[in-house]
Formats: sequence, structure tokens, C-alpha cells
Amino acid sequence: MDESIVRTEEQEFLEEDICVAENLVYKKPKTLTDIDLHYCPGCGHGVVHRLLMEVVEEMDIQDKVIGVAPVGCAVFAYNYMDIDMQEAAHGRATAVATGIIRVLPDKLVFTYQGDGDLAAIGTAETLHTCNRGENILIVFINNAVYGMTSGQMAPTTLPGMVTTTSPFGRDVKTMGYPLKMTDLVAQLPGTYYVTRQAVNNASNVRKTKKAIQKSFQYLQQKKGTCFIEVVSNCPSNWKMTPVEANKFVEEKLIPFYPLGDLKVPKEELK
Amino acid sequence: MGELRLMKGNEALAEAAIRAGCDAYFGYPITPQSEVLEYLSREASNRTGMIVLQAESEVASINMIYGAAGAGKRAMTSSSSPGISLMQEGISYIAAAELPCLIVNVNRGGPGLGTIQPSQGDYFQATKGGGHGDYKLIVLAPSSVQEMADFVRLGFDLADKYRNPVMILADGAIGQMMEKVELFEQQPKGGTIPKPWATTGKTKDRERNIITSLHIDPREMEKINLRLQAKYKEIQEKEVRYETFKVEDAEYILTAFGLGARICKKVVELGREKGYKIGLIRPITLFPFPSKIFKEISTKVKGILDVEMNAGQMVEDVRLSVEGKTKVEFYGRMGGIIPTPEEILDYFEKIFLKGE
Repeated sequence: MDESIVRTEEQEFLEEDICVAENLVYKKPKTLTDIDLHYCPGCGHGVVHRLLMEVVEEMDIQDKVIGVAPVGCAVFAYNYMDIDMQEAAHGRATAVATGIIRVLPDKLVFTYQGDGDLAAIGTAETLHTCNRGENILIVFINNAVYGMTSGQMAPTTLPGMVTTTSPFGRDVKTMGYPLKMTDLVAQLPGTYYVTRQAVNNASNVRKTKKAIQKSFQYLQQKKGTCFIEVVSNCPSNWKMTPVEANKFVEEKLIPFYPLGDLKVPKEELK
Repeated sequence: MGELRLMKGNEALAEAAIRAGCDAYFGYPITPQSEVLEYLSREASNRTGMIVLQAESEVASINMIYGAAGAGKRAMTSSSSPGISLMQEGISYIAAAELPCLIVNVNRGGPGLGTIQPSQGDYFQATKGGGHGDYKLIVLAPSSVQEMADFVRLGFDLADKYRNPVMILADGAIGQMMEKVELFEQQPKGGTIPKPWATTGKTKDRERNIITSLHIDPREMEKINLRLQAKYKEIQEKEVRYETFKVEDAEYILTAFGLGARICKKVVELGREKGYKIGLIRPITLFPFPSKIFKEISTKVKGILDVEMNAGQMVEDVRLSVEGKTKVEFYGRMGGIIPTPEEILDYFEKIFLKGE
């Protein structure tokens, strides 16, 4: 028997003693369902799901929020978020969200999309939705790879990065350059708040949550499109451990996709 | 009597959308149906607060319909053949998620970019699915400006009743021609059938509503398919619509839909002047197809001539319906050419009377 997993009486006593309501710093928001997440260990999706649902619970907007799930790893987002949701075709989430917000203008509508969904097949819908300034929040998870189809090159794959469809590294001369969608949409007059965040460490997780909170507040004020890119990871398809993957985010992805606000509401600049 | 107006088919359809209580229209310009988007942009929001949005593509339009219909509203789009092809993915999703909505195809000649002249070349696409997977649209084929208006209201009602997308399959001539139309009274917005399944924001008193077509467990996916097929069967039992014209004593039957049926009415008259006992069956619902009337009449007549503005599409359904009990011939023109009554009668005489 492995001695390391044998608990002493003292340890068991401590756990019972510590795990009481007043000592809990984090608990699962009621707006997350009890269904087990299907995401791989270390994946950023679970963190962003939780952040979204924490904000929904804290702002008490469960009856106002309608989410739109993408095609990609987050296709089952609607299983985990205890809110009304629609599952869109690949790349069409912002068009679906447009349909919803136009007929239910007082609701708070968000899309949750990956890089293949938003920045490849859905490029036209993304740009035009932002350009119309639809009053929705677009959450864009960028992990530089197609996750669900197991690791093909994405529009956001870094130059030289190895994927199953760029096995010798992304050659920008033949495969094109990484597309910085967030920089693009920040140029459009319809977007109100555009930011790039990450979830690779506790500090960045808190900043991402702040961005989500602000966005829902702007939606309540009908300010226009809010766009949050979250630089995330994909341990499984990057063939890395979760720790290595977060190190890759820190050392490779974030230098290429620098974090911070790309477009801040004018009122806040003062 | 309702209000009488002289209108283009496309405009009558747009006016009917407002009056049918449509909540939202999403569309993209394409000839020969751009008048729908133009008319609604001009008329709709002032009168009923209806949302009218010109989308960046037909792909976006149909997905906006998905979102608005999923939110429980009466939503519609219109387009013409190439645009309808672009929408097929979205239509499959809408059928799978069982979202009621109205899609109008003012059919033009194809394949490819084709021509902007009228055609019925999209019959297969409309009635056999069009997109991927086993699904059906309810397909209504107007043959007059009056029906362009009336079928909008009927289409929305059928869509809501069965939670199924409905297509109006018109053609460029019906869309562009002007005729007298009697307009129905303004209906309440959104229809009258409750939609408790819609995504309107989860309140404390109910479970969350999810609009999806994803069912990864094949056992569950098969169950969904069986339910859809049961619904289509019910539609086939209850919603068949067709018109007959002088079939009581007929020895020969002409059959055609939409614009083709108008022309064939004239053929029946011309033929009867010459002493031929001809009648006409006009399918109004292309799905569900009126198979029963064809089966019944097949033992009483010497032959059926199916006339279409395509290479012969509905004729396959006619042949399936008569189960070989009578001869079914076909006459068609393609590429935007409209056949004349005289050429159809010539072909009828040649094939049935002269035995050529």
C-alpha cells in the first residue's frame, strides 16, 4: 500500500474542521449544472464557463441571459450553464445571437465561440455583427488550434507551430498568417468594449471575470457589441501537461496576442 | 370583403407578412424577389414594429431566423434559388431543432448562377430535404398573387402548429406579375400558439430551455428521428391540399403546380374546345404531396401529362403515386423559358392522341 495516500487522524479532523461554510472562499455557482464537464484536464473552457456563470449569479441576471453555443469543444456549453441557450451551426453564433437580440432587445445575449468557429468559418458573421454594433457579448476562446476535431491548424495558430495539418510547423508563406480578430473588430465603430484576457493564472482569471462583469453591465446599458478574447490552452492537442500548456500560453501565445484592453469606452478614459 | 389592391406577387407576400403578425424578417437582396426586402424595409416597422434587417448574406439570414424563431417569434426570410442553396445548412438545423418559420423561394432558372427568369427547378430541393439528413419542409406552391398573400398566413399557422419550417415555393413570374389581391385583416403579432420551449430567459419556475440539434448518443438521435418522421406522417395525413379543374369526366389529366398550373388551365380550356376530355390536378402542398388523388384517378383515365418548368421533378412523385396504373408523360421547359398553352396542347395531342 502506498503510504502517501494514508491519511492520519489529524488530517481527517482538519478537513472536516476546515470545510465549513464560513471558511469557503469558492463554491460552485448555482447557475452551473451538476453535469460533469467533458473538457480535458487543464483546459481553459471550464474556467471561463465558471466565470460566466459566477457573474450571472452575482448580477442576478439568470432570467435575462440567453447564451449561444458554438460548434467546437464548447458545443456542449448548454449542458453546463443553467440558462436558456441555443446551439448554433459552425461559425453562425453571432448571426443566431443577432436574431435573438433583435426580437428580445431587453435580454442579455452572449455567444461563446472558439477560434475556428469565430475566426475561420464565422469570420463574415463576426465582423458584420460587430459592425452593426449588435448589443451582445462575444466570448472568443483562442487556443490556437482546432480542439474538437483533434488538433488541426486554426486561423490563430502561431507561425511555426506544429499541428496535425501543419506537421512541419505553420509556414506562413503557404498557410497564411495568424488572424488577429480582436484587433480587427476593435477598429469597427459598432464595438463598444474590446479586450484580450487569459486564464492561465489566478491573476488573469480575475481580470477575465472583471471583463465579463463590465460587458454585461454595458449590455444592460445597451452600449453595443462587447468582445472578449480569452487566450486559452489545449493541453491534449498541444501534447503537453496542463502545467506545460499554461507555460506555453505565458511564453509563446501571450507575447503574440498581448493581453489588455484594445477598445475602452470613452467615458472610462476620462 | 377584405381590402382590394393591385400588387406584385412579391409585394403582396411582403404585405401579408406584416398582416400575418410576423415579428422579424431577415433577408439579402437577390433577383427576382428583392421587392420583398424593399417593401418590408419601407412599410413594416412603422406599422407593427416588425424587425426588418438586411443581413450580410443568406447564410447569416437563415441563422438569424434560427435565433429569432428559437426565441419564440414569428420569423421569415425570402430569397431566390442560389440564395436558398446557401441557406440549406441552416434549414437543416432549423428542421432538426423544430423551429417554426417561413422561408420563401422565388425560384429562378439554374443550375449555378443561371438566369433571373422564372423556373421550377428547385422542386427536388424544396420537397426532398435540400440540406443534410432526414427532414421535410411543408412546401406551399402559390399560382397567383392572391395565393402569395394567403399562403404567408397559412404558412405561419402550419409552422407554429407543427413546429416545422414552411417553404413557399413560388417562381419569378408569380413574384413579378401584378394582379388583384384581397388582403386579410391585420393579425396579432407572433400568432396565437404558445411557445413554452422558446429561449426567453430561464425563470425560477421552469427548467432551462435549450434549442439544439446535437444528440451525440445514436439511440437518442434515432428517437429524435422517429419523432420527426411521425410528425411528417401526421402532416401527410392532415395537411394535403390540391385543386382539381374539370376532372369529373376527364379521360386525360394534366398536372402542374404554381405558374405551370395557370398555363395548364388554359390548355384544358383549349383542349375542351377541340373536344378532348382533359382535366387538371394542381398540387398546392408539394410536401405533403397529394398522392391519394393521383392514385384514385389513375384507374379512371387514359394518361397523365405532367408539365413543369424544369427537367421533370414532380413527375417522379406523380409516377410513385399512380404505381404504374396509368401512363405518366412529361413536358418541360428549362432555363427560365415559360411554355405556352399551345405548345403544351401540341405535345398532349402528339403523345396521347397521335401515339407518337
